[in-house]
Amino acid sequence: MIKIDNLVKVFGPKRAVDGISFTVERGEVLGFLGPNGAGKSTTMRMITGFMPPTSGKITVGTHDVLESPIEAKRLIGYLPENAASYPDMTVASFLDFVAELRNLHGGARKKAVNRVIDLCFLQSVLHQSIDTLSKGYKHRTCLAQALIHDPDVLIMDEPTDGLDPNQKHEVRNLIRELGANKAIIFSTHILEEVDAACSRAIIIDRGRIVANGTPEELRGMSELAGAVTLQARGATKERLETLGRVEQLNGAFRIYPRDKSQGPQLAQDVVQLVNQYGWTVEGMYSERGELDEVFRRITLPDTVKK
Amino acid sequence: MKTIWTITKRELYAYFTSPVAYVFLVIFLLLTGFFTFTAGNFFERGEASLAAFFGWHPWLYLVLVPAVGMRVWAEERRSGTIELLLTLPVAPWQAIVAKFLASWIFLAVALLLTFPAVITVNILGEPDNGMIFAGYLGSLFLAGAYLAITCMTSAMTRNQVVAFILSVVICLFFILAGFNPVTDLMTRWASPAVVDTVAAFSVVTHFDGFQRGVIDIRDLVFFLSLIGFALFATGVIIRGHRAG
Repeated sequence: MIKIDNLVKVFGPKRAVDGISFTVERGEVLGFLGPNGAGKSTTMRMITGFMPPTSGKITVGTHDVLESPIEAKRLIGYLPENAASYPDMTVASFLDFVAELRNLHGGARKKAVNRVIDLCFLQSVLHQSIDTLSKGYKHRTCLAQALIHDPDVLIMDEPTDGLDPNQKHEVRNLIRELGANKAIIFSTHILEEVDAACSRAIIIDRGRIVANGTPEELRGMSELAGAVTLQARGATKERLETLGRVEQLNGAFRIYPRDKSQGPQLAQDVVQLVNQYGWTVEGMYSERGELDEVFRRITLPDTVKK
Repeated sequence: MKTIWTITKRELYAYFTSPVAYVFLVIFLLLTGFFTFTAGNFFERGEASLAAFFGWHPWLYLVLVPAVGMRVWAEERRSGTIELLLTLPVAPWQAIVAKFLASWIFLAVALLLTFPAVITVNILGEPDNGMIFAGYLGSLFLAGAYLAITCMTSAMTRNQVVAFILSVVICLFFILAGFNPVTDLMTRWASPAVVDTVAAFSVVTHFDGFQRGVIDIRDLVFFLSLIGFALFATGVIIRGHRAG
């Protein structure tokens, strides 16, 4: 549904987006990760046709965003950063306005507006003007606007920014549900969201893609991935070191595999060792890897250098 | 066309739901009343015409039209709604025209509310109502020209005050180019051809015809092309921001 080819955006001396290419198919939810200023918002603004790219090609559905912007925009629902909407309008009139611009009229418009009101829980603030709403409601109003025409492509810039934990949970669930038959891109810098809602994630840093894969794959890039943490009475570092590098934690040992591709082999080896020496196991975990750690490792060195 | 009307409706709604609009209308009517009847010596003139009324419009609009138009794009940029508007299936030119039309309609409403002046002259004497109609038409185009310039300056900045000041300065230039004291000054050192050329750029020169009851196609072309050019420039400026 979305195809991006070698996208570049230059602001003065700065290359904000520097040769990004990726595709998103229907049924995929792509998480867009990266430190602040990495080029996430700029990329999204180019996909939605708000900013023309310096070079590169963006195709949404079958339309080139530069050549037929109106047709491409019809397919897209967009939640901009900060969820701006007209403060002087009521929620109902704002949604009506957007629906009308989305070419929905009469009964179809009423239906569409009611659908998003239910979807985003806006019933109670319908006739309130937007500037009197709390941040969470403002955000959901803007989200409702993006969903009003049931778009095939949904692009959201930090959809959970400024929401309380319950609202965050709702929005993530909504994204996951909608992802079943849409192509979705959303940006975030909250890593747990990637697990909660994404089928794939891209990490970008300083305008370049530095990692691209399923959350599972990204986690696999972690040093921690495949390690076994063992908490057992009687265990000693020397004995465990026969299996791999051992790190002593607070009352526990973490054994890193010599070779990441060995999979669950390490855990089995540890159990064998436990049985062999008759240690009393108090806890044992197979580590899946931490996204945090992967994120920091791939993005931090660059930001520090800068 | 439908898209334009949808946006125009929203903008009008924004005007009429804010108290500022009503304050503006009252100030506009008070000032036109003051200038016409007090400063314009309406009664002392002893003629049944609205010359005293229309004569002040270029100066009155100099402050009031930028006040109406300054928010058009500046506010949209400041609050970030421009991103929302231009990612909806709307072409930038449609948004520009729609917003201009909404403000112009608002100014037209303000102008229409001066109808008691027309009634007054009709009661007091027998004015040439055709001339009055031409005056109103000219006044509307004059307001449109100032407004288009304000739309342009409004697109240049996020700050409404900056937009206001810039448009007052530019509109002032368009008045002064044909203002008698200025043209008199210029004839001392410039050839008549130069003076005429400069004066031809003035809104005052082109508004004069309307006041005399003459709807000249050249004056219409002048105002329409000024509006067209300023709105085109608005488009270029808005495109410029997004291109970075």
